[in-house]
Amino acid sequence: MVGFLLQRAGQAFVTIFGVATLIFFVQRLTGDPTYLLVPETATQADIEALRHALGFDRPLIVQYLGFLADLARFDLGQSVVQRVPVVDIIASRLPYTLMLAGGALTVACGIGIPVGILLALFRDSAAAKAAAGFVLAAQSMPTFWSGILLILLFAVTLGWLPPSSTGGFSHLIMPSIALGLLSMATFARITRAALIEEFTRDYVRTARARGVGPVRILLRHVAKNAAIPVITVAALEISNLLAGAVIVETVFAWPGLGQVTVQAILARDFLVVQGVVMLGALVTIGLNLLSDFLYSVVDPRIALGGGR
Amino acid sequence: MSAPAPSLPRRRFPLKRWWPIAILAVFVLTAICAPLLAPYDPNAQNLVGRLKPPGTASRSFHYWLGSDELGRDLLSRIIYGTRVSLLVAVLSVLLSGAFGTALGLIAGYRRGWVEIAVMRIADVFLSIPAVLLAIITVAVLGPSLVNVVLVLALTRWPRYARVAHAQTLATAGMAYVENAVLSGGGNARILFRHILPNIAGTLIVVATLEFGLMVLFEAGLSFLGLGVQPPTASWGSMLSTGRNYVATAWWVATLPGLCLFALVLTVNLTGDAVRDRLDPHFR
Repeated sequence: MVGFLLQRAGQAFVTIFGVATLIFFVQRLTGDPTYLLVPETATQADIEALRHALGFDRPLIVQYLGFLADLARFDLGQSVVQRVPVVDIIASRLPYTLMLAGGALTVACGIGIPVGILLALFRDSAAAKAAAGFVLAAQSMPTFWSGILLILLFAVTLGWLPPSSTGGFSHLIMPSIALGLLSMATFARITRAALIEEFTRDYVRTARARGVGPVRILLRHVAKNAAIPVITVAALEISNLLAGAVIVETVFAWPGLGQVTVQAILARDFLVVQGVVMLGALVTIGLNLLSDFLYSVVDPRIALGGGR
Repeated sequence: MSAPAPSLPRRRFPLKRWWPIAILAVFVLTAICAPLLAPYDPNAQNLVGRLKPPGTASRSFHYWLGSDELGRDLLSRIIYGTRVSLLVAVLSVLLSGAFGTALGLIAGYRRGWVEIAVMRIADVFLSIPAVLLAIITVAVLGPSLVNVVLVLALTRWPRYARVAHAQTLATAGMAYVENAVLSGGGNARILFRHILPNIAGTLIVVATLEFGLMVLFEAGLSFLGLGVQPPTASWGSMLSTGRNYVATAWWVATLPGLCLFALVLTVNLTGDAVRDRLDPHFR
């Protein structure tokens, strides 16, 4: 078990190293990264000065090692536009994005799991058929469109909720729904599939034969086993939600990491973009590791090499 | 695996499964015939007729679906927007599919360090959220239609590589492949004549699922201003300008969004139908 986790952690470390390398090379796809950092009005002398200040005139291998060393010290550089460390910018915006992702996860699980149960247990009911249509629609709905529709309905037409920006709890409702709908569909599908699979197992048949009631079978026997894939998906969905926040935050003028990224691209503040991407990758790798860990806790066979 | 049911009749593609494909065909025809279908030039401005609601007329224009903030005909722009959506999705699926499949095939067949290298690199790409990887690459390369295709291909190839790799591993050990090796078939011949046709079904299923995602990605990048550049009509950028007029002119954002939703929904339904037909695991 410990060996399995150590091995996974080692793989995660290698992947982080790979991500850093990939970003380093993406930065240099057009040759000289200095051009990503200067405003379009910069003179040749400005460009030379900045190139030298940031060390982009050093040999590539020296730049690469310097880049890795900075990352290891959590130094993501300084924003060229705002003249503050990128880490500070990220730290000041991260709480908003976490709040939004938390809201969206609540929507996704809160609706998705009950809908999945409905789809699995009452397959032929009219309610299940309607729910299946709802899940399919949510799966095909771009977040920026559902966001605009929500604004149109609840802010413009009905006037119940504020259209954008941040403030109280009421500001969080629409962005959370817009962001959470897609994940909701994923949770519903996974819950449904997990329940249907568990219900075909022998232990369910045995329990039935012993005269255990359907509610008790679901809660005491099936729920625990069916929870395994749902928990794993939850870990992966969190990183999807964080990435999806980029677009939803733009729709609702929500002051999180997504908004800062889009502003940074428009202002040619490349190091901020790079910092957010690095963070996104770190979170994804961390969550993958966590889901491996959870998996091996709930199902010890996996750590013993039973495959997955 | 349980024993197969005795002599199950091979199911035909049921008729009711055809309608998503028919609607998809309508989208494709719209894209191809855009110049014939669009009532006006999608970029023709009419500053007198800005943000007119659907069904109004202004100067020589009759706006069936209203006009946008520059008085351009929304219907014509939506029709031309179909082109961008489908073109980017088709090209990026073909490019990432071909690249990822080739790498996955080689990794699964050659094994050894090639396999380790390819699959590790695929892991690295998959651990950066796709939207973020696309954003940072477009930020470097600059936004344009070609770059969006390249970026999407760069972001999505590991999906195909993983599937192709796993399927090749499963197929390469089969007796008919060993037979081909013993008969002296060259590597290329074995990969493309024997293994690829066998794993193509699963890959096509992945490709159809990816296709809907690519449509959404293109629209998302255009929404952020990182996709196809103005004045070219793209549903994503139309939504983005429409967002600013949502309180006064609902049609500018709602109608392109509806088309986007309809296209993705049809693609997903088609994907389900194709999966049921081609991939025995999901039956």
